[in-house]
Amino acid sequence: MSTNFDKSTFWRGFRDGVPFIFVVGPFGMLFGVVATEAGLSIFETMSFTILVIAGAAQFTAIQLMTEQAPTIVIIASALAVNLRLAMYSASITPHLGAMSLWRRVLAAYFLVDQNYALSTAKFEQNPDMTPGQKFSYFMGAIAPVAPNWYLATLVGALIGKTIPPELALDFALPITFLAMLGPMLRTSAHRAAALVAVAVSLSFAWVPFNLGLIIAGVAGMMTGAQVELWLEKRGQT
Amino acid sequence: MSDTTTLWIVIVALGIGSFALRFVFLGLVGDRAMPPWVLRHLRYTAVAILPALVAPLVLWPAATNGAPDPSRIAAAAVTLVLGMWTKNIFLSIGGGLATLYACLYLIG
Repeated sequence: MSTNFDKSTFWRGFRDGVPFIFVVGPFGMLFGVVATEAGLSIFETMSFTILVIAGAAQFTAIQLMTEQAPTIVIIASALAVNLRLAMYSASITPHLGAMSLWRRVLAAYFLVDQNYALSTAKFEQNPDMTPGQKFSYFMGAIAPVAPNWYLATLVGALIGKTIPPELALDFALPITFLAMLGPMLRTSAHRAAALVAVAVSLSFAWVPFNLGLIIAGVAGMMTGAQVELWLEKRGQT
Repeated sequence: MSDTTTLWIVIVALGIGSFALRFVFLGLVGDRAMPPWVLRHLRYTAVAILPALVAPLVLWPAATNGAPDPSRIAAAAVTLVLGMWTKNIFLSIGGGLATLYACLYLIG
């Protein structure tokens, strides 16, 4: 199986990633605004966004910092929000695990919700892609997104408070995630997994450090796996 | 300890921690085969985590101090239905944002 980089697959990923510019843009700007309002300098804001490259965790950290939470609580909470990235890492490993170490390092740094969602959907539909093509698609999908995330943060940090709250930029994230989710709900196993995850997430929202999200994720994954097994058995008999 | 020191501790710790979470399986498991039951669970990672992350943000948005907001709920519903129906992410985002702004304008 070829691990060669494939330019045309890279550009296919790039094209699929382009629409996300319109959502990471507002979301990145919002982070720039919120961070500078919390007292971070432009250099600090940009270091934050480039080193961590995970919007939801960055917002969590800034929020807790303005509430004067203990440093260890800030770090633990933000990392708990990012625990889902470990699940993505596990989920993408069967596809990208054959890459060289430095390519896996690169893929790990750039593993975010958007290119994870695009890539798993693509790889499920095209099981005969080579590992090299899968890596190319994955990197293509992040190529238009990451630079615009950095750039939008910078713009937000520079223009600061002039963005009116009526623009409801906070809702760019939920809308993006829901738009990515819709096409993934292909089978009843997928739909059952999503429904259970939502129900558990809402009932466990009180659990500290955002761990309700991880409980909900595990519950949803177990549901999907069980329904898949059940459907397979029913199909055979 | 100054605020700047605390800030940099948070930034560096989150940078290293986030990378470690992303690298843990990609780097350490690599191309070793995982058992079928693990793979069967991993197939549902995205469809479980994404809605679990979004559900509280839709029902209890921070921007309204956690009060349910009909505009945001309507926008979320339109986005999801468009996504399931058209399978087009861009169209779904556009429809969701249009719904959000229309509702915010009409009902405030």
